[in-house]
Amino acid sequence: MSTATQTETWINACPAHRLHPEDGVAVLLPDGRQAALFRTHDDHLYAVDNIDPYTQAAVMSRGIVGDRDGQPTVASPMLKHVFSLSTGHSLDDPDTRLTTWPVRIDGDTVQIHTSATEGTP
Amino acid sequence: MEELVVIGNGMVGHRLIEALRDRDGAHHWHTTVVGEEPRTAYDRVALSSYFDGATAEDLSLGDPTGPHTDVHVSERATGIDRATRTVTTASGRTLPYDRLVLATGSTPFVPPIPGHDLPGCHVYRTIEDLDAITDSAKNARTGVVIGGGLLGLEAANALRLLGLQAHVVELAPHLMPAQIDEGAGALLKNLVTDLGVKVHTGTATTGIEPGDDGRAARLTLSDGGHLDTDLVVFSVGIRPRDDLARACGLDLGERGGIAIDDTCTTSDSHIMAIGEAANHRGTVYGLIAPGNAMAEVVADRLVGGDATFTGADTSTKLKLLGVDVASFGDAHGRAEGALDVVVNDAASGRYAKLVVSDDATTLLGGILVGDASAYATLRPLVGSPLPGDPLALITPDGGAAVGADALPDDAQICSCNAVTKGTICDAIHSGSTDVPSLKACTRAGTSCGSCVPMLKQLLDQAGIEQSNALCEHFTQSRAELVEIVRATGITTFSALIERHGTGRGCDICKPAIASILASLGNGHILQGEQATLQDTNDRYLANMQRNGTYSVVPRIPGGEITPDKLIVIGEVARDFNLYTKITGGQRIDLFGARLEQLPAIWSRLVQAGFESGHAYGKALRTVKSCVGTTWCRYGVQDSVGMAIRLEERYRGLRSPHKLKSAVSGCARECAEARGKDFGVIATDNGWDLYVGGNGGFPPRHAELLASDLDEDTLIRYIDRFLMFYIRTADRLQRTAPWIEAMDGGLDHLRDVVVHDSLGIGAELEEAMERHVAGYSDEWADVLADPDKLSRFVSFANAPDTPDPTISFTTTRDQPVPGTPLNLGMPTPRPQEATR
Ligand code: SRM
Ligand SMILES: Cc1cc2nc3c(=O)[nH]c(=O)nc-3n(C[C@H](O)[C@H](O)[C@H](O)COP(=O)(O)OP(=O)(O)OC[C@H]3O[C@@H](n4cnc5c(N)ncnc54)[C@H](O)[C@@H]3O)c2cc1C
Ligand code: SF4
Ligand code: FES
Repeated sequence: MSTATQTETWINACPAHRLHPEDGVAVLLPDGRQAALFRTHDDHLYAVDNIDPYTQAAVMSRGIVGDRDGQPTVASPMLKHVFSLSTGHSLDDPDTRLTTWPVRIDGDTVQIHTSATEGTP
Repeated sequence: MEELVVIGNGMVGHRLIEALRDRDGAHHWHTTVVGEEPRTAYDRVALSSYFDGATAEDLSLGDPTGPHTDVHVSERATGIDRATRTVTTASGRTLPYDRLVLATGSTPFVPPIPGHDLPGCHVYRTIEDLDAITDSAKNARTGVVIGGGLLGLEAANALRLLGLQAHVVELAPHLMPAQIDEGAGALLKNLVTDLGVKVHTGTATTGIEPGDDGRAARLTLSDGGHLDTDLVVFSVGIRPRDDLARACGLDLGERGGIAIDDTCTTSDSHIMAIGEAANHRGTVYGLIAPGNAMAEVVADRLVGGDATFTGADTSTKLKLLGVDVASFGDAHGRAEGALDVVVNDAASGRYAKLVVSDDATTLLGGILVGDASAYATLRPLVGSPLPGDPLALITPDGGAAVGADALPDDAQICSCNAVTKGTICDAIHSGSTDVPSLKACTRAGTSCGSCVPMLKQLLDQAGIEQSNALCEHFTQSRAELVEIVRATGITTFSALIERHGTGRGCDICKPAIASILASLGNGHILQGEQATLQDTNDRYLANMQRNGTYSVVPRIPGGEITPDKLIVIGEVARDFNLYTKITGGQRIDLFGARLEQLPAIWSRLVQAGFESGHAYGKALRTVKSCVGTTWCRYGVQDSVGMAIRLEERYRGLRSPHKLKSAVSGCARECAEARGKDFGVIATDNGWDLYVGGNGGFPPRHAELLASDLDEDTLIRYIDRFLMFYIRTADRLQRTAPWIEAMDGGLDHLRDVVVHDSLGIGAELEEAMERHVAGYSDEWADVLADPDKLSRFVSFANAPDTPDPTISFTTTRDQPVPGTPLNLGMPTPRPQEATR
């Protein structure tokens, strides 16, 4: 990985103070896709696909954040399917998963790494 | 297919049809049912509740008509031709049969004393009988029941409920001679007398004399005295309806009843008889349990089985005029050498007798009056070794010592439906984990309900923690968490989970706790952390639709709206291109609003005087109304005014599940109040309050909690009812299942709400006052708070860009979601509500 290309693909999502613990926001990515961005209560940041794979509605950022067996989760507000925030996997259906993207804080800005291939990290 | 004809569609005939339908999956039988009553079978055992608010529809056991079952009501069978195997009916039908079942039940016996057939003389068996009694009772002040047995006492209570001074005249020296002994009878007489019923035992009625109007007016008694009355109910016993059987030459029992063997077959191998019409080896059973057992035997035999009926338990437990009476096994100690162990405590109103074998080791039977709580544990022990000192079992609290573990596997836990402990334990092992599922797979507990405590015990014993744990994060039940929050004054989820739970919560506990915090008045639901706890719709104070857009439902209290406000709704819908629909809740829903449009839409609505309708919340939804006295020529009270008053009082109240209400202006019930969690129906004297109704799955009618209330009392009772529900119900449990699961059910609820038996009435009312005082419109609050408003954007990095995945097409001139989405919406399960 070259540092140069990496900086180019981090896009600014929102000011850090705008992302409250366990209260997601949606982010429009340059390629037209949408990320759901979350901060957990212990300050970990996660970005997963905003589109609920079961219903195709762009609503994941409006889901309830919590945990299951210690693993951070978000529940789709539509039909309540629960996904791991760290891997994107549906916890009840191993064949379904959300794309995930790396997230970082740069100064006062939360950034998402968009060119990463689906399924990282 | 072969032809089965069933004569009689009473309780037992009905059970036969159900049992056969369960077993005859191959459709070997086509069934024709002939019933003389004008309706299909109903719950005769619960007949008296007709005087307590139940309607004929509530009592109905369900129409048995089906693809392989024809039912003719109001049709009497008039003859059986055994040679041609046909049944003829009063309307001229001729019904051929391969098998015939007689389930004709019995008729009340009316002693041929002079005057027995005067107008004003009644019997007590059918809904029509009860209607006739109600009719006679108008303008009447006194009523006499002849016969002090089980049914006689029920009838006396009915007269009491109709507002009459009730008398019971019983020939035997004490009440309920068939079931209980003299000691118990004496206590029962005291308890019943305390309730205002006048009891005359050891007294025969020799005649009934008419008054000037030709109606029954005076009883002459064997002691030479007399009793003035306005109506008479005979309840001196029943006679099996064996007339058809007699006419076609079937064998009868010595004292009547169609003789049957252990296969329930009569002297003609093509004809069977069941229920109160049958005489099995010299006994005619006047109870539902043996009849049901016979019906099961016949159903089994019809599909080639070899079940037999070898006699039945005649144990009974009743609540008569609020007094518990139970008798079980050999209650009269008729067995050789049987011994009695008696506790007779007149002061506290309890009588208990156990009949034990001569060596005092085996329980043979017993009688309980005043407090029959030990019945559920004692009855199944009949025939088994006593688990301890018999006296200890019946002294107060001693009964608790007997647990379900003391019972052998073949002990019958549910006598109404002949279900053994073994069967119940099997069901538990194959996955039943609660009482409702045990009811569904074994039928235990579905009739009189007295065995339900035992079902719970068996579940406990099987190690099935009747888990009340909310989810993996909280071991407590919702009700327990309410108490914790109230006692500790905790106001945030974080503090609660840190001190009383584990982990960080989930989509089950977070909304549940958000609702508890809101019910107890903890500020705006989108304040700070609370916003992150809210379920789908509460999160943005609107209902999420299948494409991620929202619907907007302004409150329209009572369904009453001015033309100006209607115009505003129309304008808003037009300007934001929203789909509009009149809902089932007497208001208007505007669909297809994008998240970022909600504040603009609501600022227009709030400006015009609208408030949030909480269509999104587990909260009060609507109070529907009919027009009542304002316009309707039948109305007796101002139902619209009342509906608006209720809706404005309880708006914004968060609860375990959604709450709905309605107010009707008269008994015609145009507002469908009995389909609501709390429904109010106007009477000439005030308001009747019904509770525990819902549409949805499964639908339930609300039951009468209190009648003829003035306005303030009505509100007080509703305050108490709602707060009690909020404190004690489970998550997503609507009022009907909450009442059903409550120990003591509706009676207990009435004690708490009306009689304040827990002494918490004032506290509940205060809690409601706090809610009312603290109410403010959620949407107006959001519009006034930039922090909360900042959540209503489409994208954090592009706040005004509409979500590109949302599109609309036009159907019937209105916008609807564009791309057809395949939602695969699961069938809603009542406890797993979607939102
Ligand atoms: C809009 C409306 C249908 C309509 O077009 O008329 C409606 C629409 C919905 N109903 Fe309903 N119900 C509507 C009246 C009813 C009624 C009729 C009534 O209230 O008189 C009933 C039966 C009465 C009852 O509730 O007892 C009803 C029984 C249900 C149920 C089943 C409840 C149950 O206890 O089994 C659900 C599912 C649930 O709540 O868990 C439900 C759930 C829903 C949801 C919230 C389903 C969902 O998860 O999205 C629908 C969303 C509405 C929205 O987005 O705005 N809706 N729903 C009605 C709104 C009334 C209102 O003005 O607030
Ligand atoms: C008020 C009351 C309270 C009771 N409480 C209890 C209780 O607490 N516990 C208990 O175990 N039992 C109780 N019982 C008794 C219980 O209701 C009966 O045992 C049960 O209903 C018997 O069912 P069945 O089908 O044999 O008779 P029924 O329910 O009487 O049904 C017989 C049906 O056949 C019809 N029929 C008769 N002849 C003809 C014909 N020729 N053609 C067409 N139709 C015909 C009748 O109209 C009737 O509808 C109570 C009864 C009453 C009246
Ligand atoms: S319930 Fe009665 S008062 Fe109300 S509209 Fe119907 S008939 Fe009229
Ligand atoms: S004993 Fe009556 S329902 Fe079980």
